[in-house]
Amino acid sequence: MKQIPCPHCGNRAQAEFVYERSADSVVPLDAEPAVAIAALFSRANLRGTEEELWRHAHGCGMWLLIRRDRVSHHIEWVKPIGPEALP
Amino acid sequence: MSKYSALQLLRGAFNGQSHWQPAWRHPDPKPSYDVVIIGGGGHGLATAYYLAKVHGITNVAVLEKGYIGSGNVGRNTTIVRSNYRLEPLGRFYEFSLKLWEGLSDDLNYNVMFSPRGALTLGHSDADMIRLAEKGDAMAVQGIEAELLTREQVMKIEPCLDFSRQARFPIEGAMIQWRGGTARHDAVAWGFARGADSHGVDIIQQCEVTGMVMDGNRVIAVETTRGRINAGTVAICAAGHSGHIAAMAGLKLPVESQTLQAMVTEGVKPMVNTVVMTQSLHCYISQSDKGGIVFGGDPDNWPSYAQRGQPVTMELAIQQGLALIPALSRLRMLRTWAGVTDMSFDGSPIIGPTPRDGLWIDGGWCYGGFKATPGSGYLFADTLANQRPHLIVEPFGLDRFERGTPVDENGTGPFPNHR
Amino acid sequence: MNAPLINFTFDGRALTAKPGQTLAAALLDQGIRLVGRSFKYHRPRGILSAGIEEPNALVTVGSGGREEPNTRATDLYVYEGLNARSQNRWPSLSSDVGGVLSLVSKALPAGFYYKTFFGPPKLWLFYEQFIRRAAGLGPAPTKADPDHYAQRAAFCDVLVVGSGPAGLIAARDAVRAGKKVFLVEQDAELAPSLLRDPAEIEGKPGRTWAGEIATAVRTSGGRVLTRTSASGLWDDQFVCLSEKLIEPGQIPANGFSQRYWHVRAGEVVLATGAIERPLTFANNDLPGVMLSQAVRTYVTRFGVLPGKRVVVATTNDDGYLTARALMAAGAEVVVLDSRPAPAGHSSGVEVHNLAAPVMARGGKRGVKALVATVDGAERSFACDLVAMSGGFTPVVHLHMQAGGKLDWDQAAQAFVPGETRQNVRTVGLAAEPQPAETVGAAGNPKAAFVDFQNDVTVSDLDLAWREGYRSVEHLKRYTTLGMATDQGKTGNMAALDRIARREGITIPEAGLTTFRPPFTPVSMGALAGLATGEHAQPTRHPALYDLHAARNPIWLNAGYWKRPRAYPQGAETLAQAGLREARTVRTAVGMCDVSTLAKFEVQGPDAVQFLERVCQTTVGKLALGRGRYTFMAREDGLVFDDGTVWRLGDQRYLLTSSTGGASRMATWLSYVRGHLCADLKVSVTCVQEHYAAIAVAGPKSAQVMAALTRSEAPRHMSVVESTIAGAPVLLMAASFSGERAFEVHFDASQAEAVWQAIEAEVLATGGTLYGIEAMELLRIEKGHLVVGPDIDGRLTAEELGLGRMVNKAGGWIGQSCLSRPDFADKQRKQLIGLEAIDGKAIPEGSMLVRFVGAEAEGHVTASGLRVLEGGSIALAHLKGGQARHGEEIYAHSPTRRQTVKVRVTSPHFYDPAGERYRD
Repeated sequence: MKQIPCPHCGNRAQAEFVYERSADSVVPLDAEPAVAIAALFSRANLRGTEEELWRHAHGCGMWLLIRRDRVSHHIEWVKPIGPEALP
Repeated sequence: MSKYSALQLLRGAFNGQSHWQPAWRHPDPKPSYDVVIIGGGGHGLATAYYLAKVHGITNVAVLEKGYIGSGNVGRNTTIVRSNYRLEPLGRFYEFSLKLWEGLSDDLNYNVMFSPRGALTLGHSDADMIRLAEKGDAMAVQGIEAELLTREQVMKIEPCLDFSRQARFPIEGAMIQWRGGTARHDAVAWGFARGADSHGVDIIQQCEVTGMVMDGNRVIAVETTRGRINAGTVAICAAGHSGHIAAMAGLKLPVESQTLQAMVTEGVKPMVNTVVMTQSLHCYISQSDKGGIVFGGDPDNWPSYAQRGQPVTMELAIQQGLALIPALSRLRMLRTWAGVTDMSFDGSPIIGPTPRDGLWIDGGWCYGGFKATPGSGYLFADTLANQRPHLIVEPFGLDRFERGTPVDENGTGPFPNHR
Repeated sequence: MNAPLINFTFDGRALTAKPGQTLAAALLDQGIRLVGRSFKYHRPRGILSAGIEEPNALVTVGSGGREEPNTRATDLYVYEGLNARSQNRWPSLSSDVGGVLSLVSKALPAGFYYKTFFGPPKLWLFYEQFIRRAAGLGPAPTKADPDHYAQRAAFCDVLVVGSGPAGLIAARDAVRAGKKVFLVEQDAELAPSLLRDPAEIEGKPGRTWAGEIATAVRTSGGRVLTRTSASGLWDDQFVCLSEKLIEPGQIPANGFSQRYWHVRAGEVVLATGAIERPLTFANNDLPGVMLSQAVRTYVTRFGVLPGKRVVVATTNDDGYLTARALMAAGAEVVVLDSRPAPAGHSSGVEVHNLAAPVMARGGKRGVKALVATVDGAERSFACDLVAMSGGFTPVVHLHMQAGGKLDWDQAAQAFVPGETRQNVRTVGLAAEPQPAETVGAAGNPKAAFVDFQNDVTVSDLDLAWREGYRSVEHLKRYTTLGMATDQGKTGNMAALDRIARREGITIPEAGLTTFRPPFTPVSMGALAGLATGEHAQPTRHPALYDLHAARNPIWLNAGYWKRPRAYPQGAETLAQAGLREARTVRTAVGMCDVSTLAKFEVQGPDAVQFLERVCQTTVGKLALGRGRYTFMAREDGLVFDDGTVWRLGDQRYLLTSSTGGASRMATWLSYVRGHLCADLKVSVTCVQEHYAAIAVAGPKSAQVMAALTRSEAPRHMSVVESTIAGAPVLLMAASFSGERAFEVHFDASQAEAVWQAIEAEVLATGGTLYGIEAMELLRIEKGHLVVGPDIDGRLTAEELGLGRMVNKAGGWIGQSCLSRPDFADKQRKQLIGLEAIDGKAIPEGSMLVRFVGAEAEGHVTASGLRVLEGGSIALAHLKGGQARHGEEIYAHSPTRRQTVKVRVTSPHFYDPAGERYRD
């Protein structure tokens, strides 16, 4: 089980976190329907490194943007996101 | 192909079993095929078999990056059933189940399909209503389903915890008697032997590395064993569909995730049916060797690693032990994990792609094993006639943009919300 | 010092063991060699090894719920009262009827079952029951386990697996560097190799030296765990340990039999040693054919001489150590060395070089002679014990589990740990095994065993190869090599060697299968820990739980929640109680706990904009103190939840939604807030468990509320702040029943006082408590929807009949996806009502058909009745249903053998104009 370095809490077991969605699935509210539909219903799903949205569900509850290799599970970086990320 | 039979085995007793021929050849790839199937798993091999057998299309290659059956056909919990709520799924899986019932004879390879019953437990009145709904949906389609009372379940599966203070009290169940298990590897091998005997080339250690396009048409694949031209290219690489489709510039409504399973040390018979539940996340059966086979939820995050997380399996075991307390003293012997194509409505994807000459069979989530013969047969029919077979029509890739997903659980387009 | 002997039984025979002996040692000590029967052919088997790799000597121990099958006799320390039974034999171990399978084995080669038993599935099911009964080694458990399994999580700097000299040195180095160390040993004793081969280390007796290091680990804050197996090594040095607190089958003093650890280590040092390889010759499975190091272990550590005339067959120097130990214990020894020249350890021993075993002779009582080729000529050596060594296989399992690669060590003929992906390193014999040569299989290949437990022979490997199963994974799966309880710890290398020799390739070219957790089998109970039985899943009690419990309700398990379903009086059934409660609500007043509703406070200058993105209805038009029904769509445009929204202040709103969808909604709102509304000034707080809530419904509810608050009750869909029993409450006039009704929300800590005040007033007004059952009847009759059955995530607001309420200005989430073409199809399913024409109950979940035999066009989502007048009604989804009101169809339930003729209607059966909401 991986450790994920939560920017708010430090290194925590991956079981505390929930994967929510890949970063390329975020559909802005003002997206054109065709763009929204494409973003919602197709994924790069690379056998490689992708950016993903995770949530420290059983910790601070914050959303995180994680760049991660989907084969080795190696985490390149973790960034806090949302208004909570403001200093 | 040497015919398999008890008599031939007996003959072998006197000749040291020396008369058996290879179950399939190990050919080098030819420069060109009518149909190139990417993926030597159950689905790819079954598709090749039915293409050759039913449609007479034998100039076919199955390309496998490792050894045949090394993907999910050999990494599942071997469950076969057709107990679905939504009509298109019921129709499809029932078609497949009917093929399972004659598969060993058809292939002359015993795949040990054992219809010992697929039992889905209900733990509340609400569960029982959902089970009745599913059973009614099946029965209206002509698929037998039976609702069982708590007392009937006691007779069928006495190892379950029927106490009233159980965390998951057993109120009853639905059973599909024709459901059961099969020997997973045998399915891949049986289809491979059958396809090979009709002239299909099964090419192992041959990884597809690219697709050659002519305009919008895929005309060949690049592989680690050279370029192979193809009239039609068929993707049968569930778990890695996205990776392959990307070679043709496509994105799919699929996310690859890991699904784990495990087996205990073998004991004498104790679990008679395939035990599933309406509201929990574990499924349990006993193999012919006596091991208790356990499955749970997917790990719920994208991974191509064929390696799961320990906590996921521990959660499934907690629920399983609550259902069958006597399992506590058995020991977990082996775990494994497969990479699954989690589609965005939980249903498979079969049919054409936006590229000419490129067809796909994928998106199987964790239901691909039981689909193997049905998917092979119907995908072969689809490829042979260059149009989706009626039964797989609802599972076209374009259903998401059209707005007609086949969403068994009604949970929407995120696989990990299921 | 003569410690008292320990009494135990084996197959009912009373025996004794010396303290510290394993069951295997004790049996050998008593001259017992036949211990088990093999899986497939029921061949007589003895003891091969002295450790966790044992394939043959499996027994069942313990009794009742503590019965534990497939326990390795070599990994079980005898305790007083141990009751061990042999397995897979009938009627007895020495005369096992299943042994006839051995005679027909020629017709049962690898994979024979794939080639026969054809016919319909029912026929296979028939054959299968015999196969299943013959398979499965140990007896099936039938009773619940009375013992508990502890689980513990821990962190350390360095985790050392294995307490041999290499592991101990690593542990000592780490302690000296100031690290917190966990030292893990699967044996009961530290440094078991020093018990087998006593040595002086750094000028001290090895055992003393080991003990000092263990003490240093403990005193520096670390832990030393014996009888503990590192079963899995996962990402980022996450290690699962299973620790035996007592022996299998033993009765625990404190209720706990094992402890399962999750340990996160900074670094993992694998000092896991190597496992000796058997030699492959005919009848190498006879009782009395043992591994060389195992023989030495029995002689030196356990004080047992397993044979008096011994042939040591070896390919390496280790065999000579065994020969010397045996001679020192008084045995007569001959060494057969596969290598050409004497290896230097031969003084005083009869050695034959260029010697390889071909066949063992003997029977179930054990080996009697070993036939070998010596310098090309065949010779027979009479013996009662064969000690064999085919070299050593490093234990690389955990290294590989951690994603490490393997390298090939030509001198040792073994795979050794290579590149690693984690902070894991391997030391000692696991990294640098001693040199050995491999010798090919000899003798009759049908009797030369590679996988002992699963009866895989050399001829099985050959057959599989001939039939095209050439990948090592195919070979393994086709022959079942390495699939037994020992997971091929002794046999896999012999199989690879056979393939390599056949093909003229190297062993690395032949390949290797992947090692997956666990290293040794782990008890399921330990994996589950304390989360079993009634604790298998948490149970959530709403704030008012104790108040309900005092009124003896029928409980409903709703997800994790325990909610009252009805409060029966006297001998009332659930249905009777539910109907009585519902009628009282229709005619007078009732109260119900609705605390589990999801509740969110939405605050800030942009709260309205936020809510109008989340909700499909308008929110901006709400006046202060007013509320409205609302519903929410997913991004794909389909409705997934509903609730109410209330304007509590200028910039402060309360949003409620369904109980079952509470956590999903919390996540969703936080996603929308963070990712889709990052521009807005708004904060969203989940207050689900902060507020308890009680619904008061019925024509007399306004009167009850007025009495409780001493002020006029708010009008429908208004909210006021008030006080009940001294507690501040939010009083919302909202109805889920069709009657004038109120929801009282208040701080959960005030639950008791508020409940009691309301209850007193409700009962005094001729009212009742009501539970979920009555709530369902009331809401179905009124046509209110429930998330799950009615709002099932597959329909649009339009299809649910909510189209008129949709915010025409748009801007809500999901709108763009509703532009997809198939949503224009009027034949999609739509929500409707149903009325039973002949009054029979409409089965919930049944299919809607035009006639029996026709295809399903929809289904019944919720079934109820007219609470006061009687008559069955239901809500349903039906294809094109909104245009089919008046049509007569059938609700058909084949599984319940019920078919009810129904009329399609509007889903609003009760007071469609909403007149009863007015005061």
